[in-house]
Amino acid sequence: MGANPKSDDPNAQIATKLKALYQSVQEEAIPARFLELLERLEAAEQRTVRQGKE
Amino acid sequence: MPSENQEFKREMLAALPSLRAFAMSLIGRHDRADDLVQDTIMKAWAKQDHFQIGTNMKAWLFTILRNELYSQMRKRGREVQDSDGHLTEALAHHPEQYGSLDLQDFRRALDQLPPDQREAIILVGASGFSYEEAATICGCALGTIKSRVNRARQRLQEILQVQGENDYGPDETSAPITSRAFVS
Repeated sequence: MGANPKSDDPNAQIATKLKALYQSVQEEAIPARFLELLERLEAAEQRTVRQGKE
Repeated sequence: MPSENQEFKREMLAALPSLRAFAMSLIGRHDRADDLVQDTIMKAWAKQDHFQIGTNMKAWLFTILRNELYSQMRKRGREVQDSDGHLTEALAHHPEQYGSLDLQDFRRALDQLPPDQREAIILVGASGFSYEEAATICGCALGTIKSRVNRARQRLQEILQVQGENDYGPDETSAPITSRAFVS
């Protein structure tokens, strides 16, 4: 907190903070709801494909 | 083609962490951001015939997500006009989501940007897209993206400077005036 803002490039500080904020979310594990959703979408599609072949 | 299908799903999974980070950076709330990601997955899945394997899945998903966000905002109509207030209020309830005080300040500053500037600086400054790619995602000219990013940087500097001064310096009424004087 004691750092003099003028001693650092403010643009570099902004870039660093923006990346930190973004990466904090990016590094989270993918929530189960999305994995389940993709499974359901895939299963529904395979059923449709099989029905189409009959 | 089941193999192409699996490839599509695999690429989509690989892009999900950055898609969530994009949504979260734009919206600022985990629940709303993840709802938007879910809508994006459904839309993308329905449109998968339009996607060519081997092209940029991440850029494709980001385009769908931001178009979906703006179309939802348009549908909400009145609510959009208060979107800034909404976000600020929402953030006040979720400050623990961002580790350091520093990042909380930055989050609040980011939320004060106009949506087009916020989106531009996130795409170029955090998502790792080039200016050209960001322009394609946002459906605007290259020069427009560049000027939005520049304005976003300037605005963030102003806001963060004011916040810093408030820690020990001028009161809230005079701070914006003094900081503007410094900038110009």
